[in-house]
Amino acid sequence: MSAPLLSLHAVSKNFGGLAVITDVSFEVPQGSRTALIGPNGAGKTTVFNLISGVFAPSEGEIRLEGQSIDALPSRSRIGLGVARSFQNIRLMPHLSVVENVMLGQQARAGNLAGMLTPISLFGRSKWRREAEDLLDRMGLSTYPGEVVATLPYGIRKKIEVVRALVAKPKILLLDEPAAGLNNTETANLRDFLMTISQSGVTLLVVEHDMSLVRSLCDHAVVLNFGRKIYDGSTRTVQDDPAVLEAYLGTRQAEKARTHAEADHVA
Amino acid sequence: MSGYWAGILSILAINVIFAYGIFLPVATGQLNLGGAGFQALGAYTAAYLSAMFGLPVPVTVGVGMVVAGVVGFLIAFPILRTRGVYLVLATFAFAEVVAGTILNSETLGGAMGMSVPAFIDWEIPVIVAGFVTLFVFYLMSTRFGLTMRATHDDEVVTDLMGVNIRMVQVCAFAIGGALAGLAGGLYAHSFSFVEIQSFNALVSIYVLLYVLLGGTQTAWGPLAGAAFFTLLPELLRTVLPQVKSFLAALVGIEEPVGPPDDSWRFVILGALTIAMMVLRPEGLITRTMIERLRFRRSSSAREQVA
Repeated sequence: MSAPLLSLHAVSKNFGGLAVITDVSFEVPQGSRTALIGPNGAGKTTVFNLISGVFAPSEGEIRLEGQSIDALPSRSRIGLGVARSFQNIRLMPHLSVVENVMLGQQARAGNLAGMLTPISLFGRSKWRREAEDLLDRMGLSTYPGEVVATLPYGIRKKIEVVRALVAKPKILLLDEPAAGLNNTETANLRDFLMTISQSGVTLLVVEHDMSLVRSLCDHAVVLNFGRKIYDGSTRTVQDDPAVLEAYLGTRQAEKARTHAEADHVA
Repeated sequence: MSGYWAGILSILAINVIFAYGIFLPVATGQLNLGGAGFQALGAYTAAYLSAMFGLPVPVTVGVGMVVAGVVGFLIAFPILRTRGVYLVLATFAFAEVVAGTILNSETLGGAMGMSVPAFIDWEIPVIVAGFVTLFVFYLMSTRFGLTMRATHDDEVVTDLMGVNIRMVQVCAFAIGGALAGLAGGLYAHSFSFVEIQSFNALVSIYVLLYVLLGGTQTAWGPLAGAAFFTLLPELLRTVLPQVKSFLAALVGIEEPVGPPDDSWRFVILGALTIAMMVLRPEGLITRTMIERLRFRRSSSAREQVA
């Protein structure tokens, strides 16, 4: 596999006396689709917040393409190619769909001239056209002018991904993209993310829907109580005793294992 | 044009500029209750330069605007560290500091005020207000305007999108301060006299009301708010006596009645303010309303084509 695009080296994060992330290291290979999974409260979103710079790690180092990014303020990281979506949709409720997407272009257009050029005064600026084209390609062309507060949940989730995508990131961090979606919407989302991945963007996905994880991702990192308990292929993740124990508890894990062995014998 | 109408147009234009000065920080989510302080800075700078050095009006007003803008820029750094009600208090305190300083200054006339030799007629404030309106509409249509509105909605995410939110907030606050100073400079020359009592806390409250009740989501809001609240008292001035004599006639009083007490106007203003808060909490002019008007226009145009 190629060189890692993003890597965490012995990263820990404490909030006061509470250790949320303890000594976590993993690598996200270039072009991969990596899943970050774990039970509720395992620290998955905290890892995302550390990578995107909302929090600084207490110990350890985060590197992007071999360069440490810990010293960079959160707002500069999207310019380096780290874009993310949020667990609870965080679109700007008073902005229209296309304006939300145009906000994602900030990292590429945020210089003084870019800031002072009208983007919606005289017809359509090139930024607006680009945002509308991308929405169109992602099958969201029906809503560009609408204020997002009134749109259905599944649509808003997709818009958030488009907003992250329009920054032309190298790595896209998706925090539970399928949460609250029904089966059809999830299948849609999977195809959507596959298209994004094929265009060369590396994906790091936090997700609870295991069938989506298995069909989308090739590589999984499992966290439990802030520690890494598994790092490997998504195919074998369910057979790992530590992972089973984290999700099901000791006794159930035992049962599942004997069950699996029985299956093997049969 | 009568002097009465000229006066109303001047004050309307000044209020529109002043309202835009408060609108810019409010649109980024910063309530500025120090409007009168910035206006006083602009007004006294213009008055002083005009009275002491006899400088022409464009210079005095321009310098007043720059002084208020620079002061706004400088105090924005400490003051924008506070949020919510503390920010409101901090900006309010700033206005009080300005008022106190001027009140105790011999050079600026203290409590006596200062007369301003150069006089401008209503045309100049109206033209300037037109340019300021265009400027704010332009600003809100740029990416800077987009980031301002995004900062208002969600600071954390706006930061993660790569926006320097501190820079956006400080710029909006400073440009707002400059516009309030411009309004002050025009005020000084339009009324030929400045005294610190006319830049009191009530002025700060009223201008913030114009903006909040007019609507903070689009640049139409402050225009509507300032126009409504400037013209309404004048409208009531003519309508109220008629209402009173009508009511008197209704209960059977035939002899002519005296004009009603002036404070009734403020009672009605207060009642309307509360009604607005109940009926249109996001302000008179909202984005959805503009969208709907635009949509209706474009869909009716489409029907005509079809």
